Amino acid sequence: MRIGRQRNRRFAALCLAVGAVAALALITVAGGLWGERALETDFSMKNLPPSFRYPFGTDWMGRDLFVRTVAGLSLSIRIGVLTAAASAAIAFVLGLTASLGKGADTVVSCLTDLVMGIPHMLLLILVSFAVGKGFWGVVAGISLTHWASLARLLRAEALQLKESQYVKVARKLGKSPVYVAVKHMTPHLIPQLLVGTVLLFPHAVLHEASITFLGFGLSPEQPAIGIILSEGMKYLVMGKWWLALFPGALLALAVILFQAIASAASSMVDPGQAHS
Amino acid sequence: MGLEARNLSFQYDNGNRKILNNVSMYLDGKDRLGLMAPSGFGKTTFCKILAGYEKPDSGKVLVDGKPIASFRGYCPVQMIWQHPELSVNPRLKMKETIKEGRRVERRVLEGLGIETSWLNRYPGELSGGELQRFCIARALGEGTRFLLADEASAMLDLITQSQIWNFLLEEVKMRGIGLLVVSHSEPLVARVCNRKMNLEKNLS
Repeated sequence: MRIGRQRNRRFAALCLAVGAVAALALITVAGGLWGERALETDFSMKNLPPSFRYPFGTDWMGRDLFVRTVAGLSLSIRIGVLTAAASAAIAFVLGLTASLGKGADTVVSCLTDLVMGIPHMLLLILVSFAVGKGFWGVVAGISLTHWASLARLLRAEALQLKESQYVKVARKLGKSPVYVAVKHMTPHLIPQLLVGTVLLFPHAVLHEASITFLGFGLSPEQPAIGIILSEGMKYLVMGKWWLALFPGALLALAVILFQAIASAASSMVDPGQAHS
Repeated sequence: MGLEARNLSFQYDNGNRKILNNVSMYLDGKDRLGLMAPSGFGKTTFCKILAGYEKPDSGKVLVDGKPIASFRGYCPVQMIWQHPELSVNPRLKMKETIKEGRRVERRVLEGLGIETSWLNRYPGELSGGELQRFCIARALGEGTRFLLADEASAMLDLITQSQIWNFLLEEVKMRGIGLLVVSHSEPLVARVCNRKMNLEKNLS
């Protein structure tokens, strides 16, 4: 009886994660396929409120906001996933590197402080501009600026683990710092890393939107959520509520789905929760 | 040729009294030395210094005449800690933990009563006594020449204690491992050890 229930809870978490991944994948694929349709304009159909034909309404150029939102979300998810993963990877490698020795730790700390010391947006604009703007400019810019706080967190965790008895015992058993970092520290850092990656995702999407808004990111005709929202803002005061509400709600939904994936994944990675 | 502590003194940084004052000790491969002292007299600290976990403020720890810090890699002096649950990584399965000891023989695992099914468990799924057997086994890898047992059997029931000590005594005799037994229990020290030492008397 109890075993059955335990299996069920893990199974439920797995189902939730699979469902969330499927939903996000669906949005990403659909948006990718609708890339062309999202740009179609029809000035006879502009500023229509939501209806059966246009579930999210249309904007001031007569573009179908539903198609545009899904396409935008698809782009945002792709950028968000890519940049969050890249930032997390940088943070993870640096965090573990800090545990290898005093010199390595000094280098990592200085690098982290350096990146954290420069305002996010400034560095983001610089990197994006240097890479040549567009999709890869945004990806490079966000990846290279968002790892610092996660790296600091992982470094602190790694240094704490370094002082633990079992790590000290492993060192006396002749194990190298690299072995300790990979074998002993990685399993402790994975949940942190997963949660950190998910928390990076909305950050990355919002920064993608702001840099695009400022003109250093994606080109304005591309259907990114940030562009849709900033455009919608202008029409919000004129009572065109659907221009901001639906894209915003869908973005929030995407973030919630990511959260669900992360919590399901971390509950399955953590042996302390392996029985629940 | 053995493990030698020469005039060790040690004081923790928090400004408390000197915990070790000019302590000397000698342990060779045939020795089974019992170390006794009341709580707070630096038994664990002494072991940590001997095994190279801490550096003494003054004095030396020598293995075969060479300072303990000069041993790179596997340390010939291994310590069994009082709290096994802190000595194993809670996120590693026991078979990973046991692999860290250098080529621990199957005979050792069997002698300590470690069941094969335990190897696939996480530390949270074993009791303190079961974990301590793994810690003992891990410390009995190939290169171990001196074993420091810091209250190693305090959390075991009497039957298990006797089983483990019988095995340990046989093992150290067979392999010529010098054994330092830290314990509060007078009868245990009397039964296991051939020499006794009291840290209390070293206090100024």
